[in-house]
Amino acid sequence: MSTSANGSGTGALSATRPTEVSQLDRVVIRFAGDSGDGMQLTGDRFTSEAAAFGNDLATLPNYPAEIRAPQGTIPGVSSFQVHFADYDILTPGDRPDVLVAMNPAALKANLADVPNGGTIIVNTDEFTKRNLSKVGYGSDPLEDDSLSAYEVHRVAMSTLTQGALADTGLGKKDAERCKNMFALGLLSWMYHRPTEGTERFLREKFAKKPDIAEANVLAFRAGWNYGETTEAFGTTFEVAPAKLARGTYRQITGNTALAYGIVAAGQRSGLPVLLGTYPITPASDVLHELSKHKNFGILTFQAEDEIAGIGAALGASYGGALGVTSTSGPGIALKSETIGLGVMTELPLLVIDVQRGGPSTGLPTKTEQADLLQAMFGRNSESPVPIVAPCTPADCFDIALEATRIALTYRTPVLLLSDGAIANGSEPWLIPDVESLPDLRVTFASEPNAPDGSGEFWPYVRDPETLAREWAVPGTPGLQHRIGGLEKADGKGNISYDPDNHDHMVRLRQRKIDNIDVPDVEVDDPSGGRARVLALGWGSSFGPIGAACRRVRKNGMPIAQAHLRHLNPFPKNLGEVLAAYDTVVVPEMNLGQLATLLRAKYLADIKSYTKIAGLPFKAEELENVFTDIIRDKEVVA
Amino acid sequence: MTATDLGLPRIGGLDLVPTTDEPQKAKEYKSDQEVRWCPGCGDYVVLNTIQSFLPTLGLKRENIVFISGIGCSSRFPYYMNTYGMHSIHGRAPAIATGLATTRPDLSVWVVTGDGDALSIGGNHLIHSLRRNVNLKILLFNNRIYGLTKGQYSPTSDQGMVTKSTPMGSVDTPFNPVSLALGAEASFVGRALDSDKKGLTEVLTAAAQHRGSALVEIYQNCPIFNDGAFDVLKDSDEAQRRLIPLRAGEPIRFGPEGEYGVGRGGWGGLEVGKVSEIGEENVVVHDPTIADTAYAFALSRLGDQSLNHTPTGIFRQVSRPTYDDQARAQVEQAAQAKTPDLQALLRGKDTWTVA
Repeated sequence: MSTSANGSGTGALSATRPTEVSQLDRVVIRFAGDSGDGMQLTGDRFTSEAAAFGNDLATLPNYPAEIRAPQGTIPGVSSFQVHFADYDILTPGDRPDVLVAMNPAALKANLADVPNGGTIIVNTDEFTKRNLSKVGYGSDPLEDDSLSAYEVHRVAMSTLTQGALADTGLGKKDAERCKNMFALGLLSWMYHRPTEGTERFLREKFAKKPDIAEANVLAFRAGWNYGETTEAFGTTFEVAPAKLARGTYRQITGNTALAYGIVAAGQRSGLPVLLGTYPITPASDVLHELSKHKNFGILTFQAEDEIAGIGAALGASYGGALGVTSTSGPGIALKSETIGLGVMTELPLLVIDVQRGGPSTGLPTKTEQADLLQAMFGRNSESPVPIVAPCTPADCFDIALEATRIALTYRTPVLLLSDGAIANGSEPWLIPDVESLPDLRVTFASEPNAPDGSGEFWPYVRDPETLAREWAVPGTPGLQHRIGGLEKADGKGNISYDPDNHDHMVRLRQRKIDNIDVPDVEVDDPSGGRARVLALGWGSSFGPIGAACRRVRKNGMPIAQAHLRHLNPFPKNLGEVLAAYDTVVVPEMNLGQLATLLRAKYLADIKSYTKIAGLPFKAEELENVFTDIIRDKEVVA
Repeated sequence: MTATDLGLPRIGGLDLVPTTDEPQKAKEYKSDQEVRWCPGCGDYVVLNTIQSFLPTLGLKRENIVFISGIGCSSRFPYYMNTYGMHSIHGRAPAIATGLATTRPDLSVWVVTGDGDALSIGGNHLIHSLRRNVNLKILLFNNRIYGLTKGQYSPTSDQGMVTKSTPMGSVDTPFNPVSLALGAEASFVGRALDSDKKGLTEVLTAAAQHRGSALVEIYQNCPIFNDGAFDVLKDSDEAQRRLIPLRAGEPIRFGPEGEYGVGRGGWGGLEVGKVSEIGEENVVVHDPTIADTAYAFALSRLGDQSLNHTPTGIFRQVSRPTYDDQARAQVEQAAQAKTPDLQALLRGKDTWTVA
């Protein structure tokens, strides 16, 4: 794709460039402003432009839990970071090369992350005495020399936007609200981004308010033209398309991929889907997305509470549908008893936990991976459930299908642990061919199965290989039976208080889960086996761990990386893998939950590295951790 | 945004459930499990009544499902030779909602008690009634916790001395019928465990009703709250206390029918002597009145002491059900847009790496 022309559809935006063009392999931009400034939309649009251009990319939205925190304050700052490159990247980037700060609060909240020499573009109109004092600036940082380490561009975005919209008849306030599109236009110019998509998007988004649509387009173009015509910006930058694997791509967020995975699971299993759920951040988008796809036979039930959400899902599964419930950590706490009922009645059920900071209400909009032990043990008594976790936003699609496979094959609730970073983050997704997706068809029981030849139906007769019981749905003649939360006699399924039967059933339920067939964990070690240190992770830390490993290797030190998508049961080869390295380091956004499980199961000497800051690991941080470990190792050796 | 009119036909509660011409017997509805309620428990009578009444519906037995919560009454599904689930405390209406929504070919019954439905499961009860899911909820009200051995329940009398209230309960009890009506229930009935005929009439109407039906069954617990409803079973007392509700008939009671329900009082209805009300002014019962205020006023004629106790069907109105509408949306969506998974996954904005 040529970057010198800007496409014929944007005539107004294709002037000559008097600027110098610099080639970069990767750039990290952070858009930051007040939560009412539309930074999420701005970042999202810039991301779409990068995707349309063919860059690899990763994003990190970061916003407050309050819908509108007090304007102009630090708690009200919302930001969106996008990392785009001409090669395959793994993370949204540690530090922004460019910070767009729409007000003093955004500057103050984000400045520490900008490396020396970084570019800062500020909206000077918001740097008023009042706004400065709101965030504790004694003097204007744009006037003193506190920003001398950075390349600062002062742009009166509000004034320029209002000026550009002066003839539209739009009120001053409405016009000013388009300043985020001005910023987007300016950045799109700086980075030679295609613009048709954004203009089309704005016209669609505001289809019912054409004057607002045109105002946003005008502001967007004004931002572009500002870059083009003023001499404030001497250099523009090009980031060439990435050389990704062949195929057709789209940009996708984790929650959307998860919803699509559920749609696909319904289609590939041939079962109707019922999502029983209750709104909770950051899982609600799964409900929003699925509710748009009723044409695929998907019922979305917004229940009165978390418990009713999972109850309805289990009721649907009992009736032969694919029951799904989605929530975040606090919701799992409420659903625990029903998960236990699913374990006892041995019915398929998909339980999605998009983890967030905790405990209690915690940090609703921030990420964490501290629900692993809750997923593993958070029910009364011995109540084993399989656990899977996606490692990237796009992986949410595959993991939803994998969770469904396990639930349907083994007739069990399955816990799927996503997290806030994966849910809201986005990346390019190589669109799969539907025919290549796993076949998830199931067979319902249709005949009496009593091994004693009595012609009765016994609900707890099992498949000898999977140990799954038969799925006999109401409406099937002759198979009437009763199930429930009370302990059942193996086979016959009547209530049983027999001590030996209970011991047998507890062990059997555990064995069923332990024996689930999961793929081996793969180890990435480009050194060909010279690495003595293994970095092992799970969930959304895949990106930062991988990026850190690349840096360590670039510095000439070998390190192996492995990532777990199956957390219960663990892959069969995991013990061998752990034993093969002198040191296994497990970075987690919790206090060492996976490390605890590994130590308990494998008696392995795990080095746990933890951070619970509500934000993903930075590659640089893990690079230092890994390097230190390897160097210690060398000293010891 | 306005809702789409789904143009659903008004149908009966069982119209989508397959039927059979084979004659059925009560015996066929009995499972092989030994019934283990206490001797003299009111649950036995209710179980027998339901096992006798179900064959009259002519439904395929495999298309009937009983879902219960936790408590003495919730053992019910084990004794029925239908499909059944004995679930967890208070959650049966939620589980049944998922089942009824995905399976219109099933007749779904919820068996619950005063603790299960009104205490731990109160939220699910009111919301399933509000949504009008096609469920029949049988609330066995014995005004006590039986399975946990005798603590006061949300329908126990104030001042009641129980294991957990040695100085007497200070809780104000619920009136389950009033609560259901407050939750916009489209069908609300009440019957006595011992009144096979009355209970059968209410159950039959409930089964035929499309939407949520709540049937409160006064049920005696001989162990922890024996005789709670005796005043309604003593023939002299019963005549003065029970107010049978029959659609299209004037609401009268008393040994000679000398009492009746007339208009007046804050709630709009009050009990009085027919001679004083005037024969022509006695209210003619109409359970199909849309405004819940009428049925609510009926439910408030008496109080916890059972002084005036209407039985029968308080309310029976037709309004769209949650599950019919949810399924209609799915059908409508499928008609408007053929499901194409590959197209969904592709979306609008793609790029190709050659």
